[in-house]
Amino acid sequence: MSDWLGPQEWAAVGLSLKVAFWAMMGAVVPGILVAYVLARWEFYGKQFVNVLVHLPLVLPPVATGYLLLVTFGTQGVVGGALKEIGVVFAFRWTGAALAAAVMAFPLLVRSIRLSIEAIDPKLEQAAATLGASRLRVFFTVTLPLMLPGLLAGMVLAFAKAMGEFGATITFVSNIPGQTRTLPSAIYAFLQVPGGETAAMRLVVVSIIVAAGALILSEVLARRIAAKVG
Amino acid sequence: MSVEVQIRQEFQGFDLDVAFEAPVGLTVLFGSSGSGKTSVINAVAGLSKPRQSRIVVNDEVLSDSVAGRWVPTHQRCLGYVFQEGRLFPHMNVRKNLLYGNGLAKGRGEVASFDQVVDILGIGALLDRRSSELSGGEKQRVAIGRALLARPKVILADEPLAALDEPRKAEILPYFEKLRDEFSLPILYVTHSIAEVARLATTVVALKDGKVDRVGSAAEVLSDPSFTPMGPRAVGAVLEAKVVRHHEDGLTELSANGVALMLPQLSHSVGDQVRVRVAAHDVILSREAPKGLSALNIVEGKVHSVRSGGGPGAIVSVDTKAGRILARITRRSAAALELSEGVPCYAVMKSVSVAPQDIGTR
Repeated sequence: MSDWLGPQEWAAVGLSLKVAFWAMMGAVVPGILVAYVLARWEFYGKQFVNVLVHLPLVLPPVATGYLLLVTFGTQGVVGGALKEIGVVFAFRWTGAALAAAVMAFPLLVRSIRLSIEAIDPKLEQAAATLGASRLRVFFTVTLPLMLPGLLAGMVLAFAKAMGEFGATITFVSNIPGQTRTLPSAIYAFLQVPGGETAAMRLVVVSIIVAAGALILSEVLARRIAAKVG
Repeated sequence: MSVEVQIRQEFQGFDLDVAFEAPVGLTVLFGSSGSGKTSVINAVAGLSKPRQSRIVVNDEVLSDSVAGRWVPTHQRCLGYVFQEGRLFPHMNVRKNLLYGNGLAKGRGEVASFDQVVDILGIGALLDRRSSELSGGEKQRVAIGRALLARPKVILADEPLAALDEPRKAEILPYFEKLRDEFSLPILYVTHSIAEVARLATTVVALKDGKVDRVGSAAEVLSDPSFTPMGPRAVGAVLEAKVVRHHEDGLTELSANGVALMLPQLSHSVGDQVRVRVAAHDVILSREAPKGLSALNIVEGKVHSVRSGGGPGAIVSVDTKAGRILARITRRSAAALELSEGVPCYAVMKSVSVAPQDIGTR
């Protein structure tokens, strides 16, 4: 089974899974926070935040990648400061994860926000009257009730992160073993004569991962929905 | 143990300006919709913040706008029963019941878990989810959840309004138990006269954002000028004691020595009950009636005769059993020459008293 893919291809698959996993994990907490704020708070400039969050969805990915390079590159404002404390994104797998996280963020936020908006705020009020602080209300009422949406959002974010190409290649290039994720690898194989079969194998892997993620999210969502009632 | 409330708040269309004190027992905030009663209870709960307020529960100041004090909802030691139950759908009944209990470990319990389950008869429901409960069961669990949160005050916002009549009759006794078995102040919002008659220790009637009148249920409901829901809903409350269950299915009560016969009650001999007698079910007679099928004939004196623009009049009669209100026509009032001080007899059919109009105490 393991010789079905060449070592380069395995590296790309492994890297993609790693990048997508960390992109998803990194985006989930800020995603919940932003979604909660957008769903439950009214404040001046809310629309601006909303647009900012959704920008990566509609902007050309190359443009997002370039903006990431400018900001988080070693010469960038944030990237320069982070470099001082030893955190480097540019041309590293961490950069690929960052790019994937940014690109997946709007999908994650949308999904979580919808599920929070579906929760009756009166339940949160009831919890408060029973002595639960805001934080406790969130963890004991809001979070469990938004779990199906959160999970669907996470799977969607993972799948999006697996497939992210434009922003990644612009921001962190296409370095084998470092930033050559699945899509980048497919692209690279297609650039060399005779690479079509390897590309096709990776396409098959992509399909399996994506379909697996969708099935998993469906199964989990059903189980949780049955539990949440 | 009492609740002290002072609230001022401007809303579109009306100003809320309310001050009252609720002693131990059940205080009904009574009024039509838009009278401001829910705004009052939500201010006590801290769910909405009035412009000006002073709310004190058992000497603990929960809000004082002059001193700039505002205790957040979760620190107010409440037990709030909402109209729609608001059980947590992702927890079973047991977890719902214990939700507030675990958060208030520092305070003494009002009742133990077993006690609450027993009183409310929800032992068989503990492992069910709230989606598997009927409306009445949900409200019972909601009452239990509020009790188990170790509250210093119980709040209830129209807890029966979403239920049909049989369910209301099912839940009402639990609020009577709440009132009688725990020495807690209870603030209870309703627009139903029947609930006032059965439950209220104290009535705070609100009208257009102001306190219209305050008093015991008997005082307020026996006031013929108090007709917030129209003359059809008028009816006095008599307090009485169960004396005997007769073999023919009647229960004999004694209201301050006056015998009253009602269709069989489930209460035991010796129990104090309150009976709401609808004014339109009372007949008045100047002479002691003879050969009449009605079993309850009470002697008294006319206290007042009130009539508005319509054909009806409300006559209040002071009797040894308490004040009784009768709704008769103005024509009859004139024919009988009823006026203050005139002796007369109030006649009540036993069967006209509905079971849901009989409460404890």
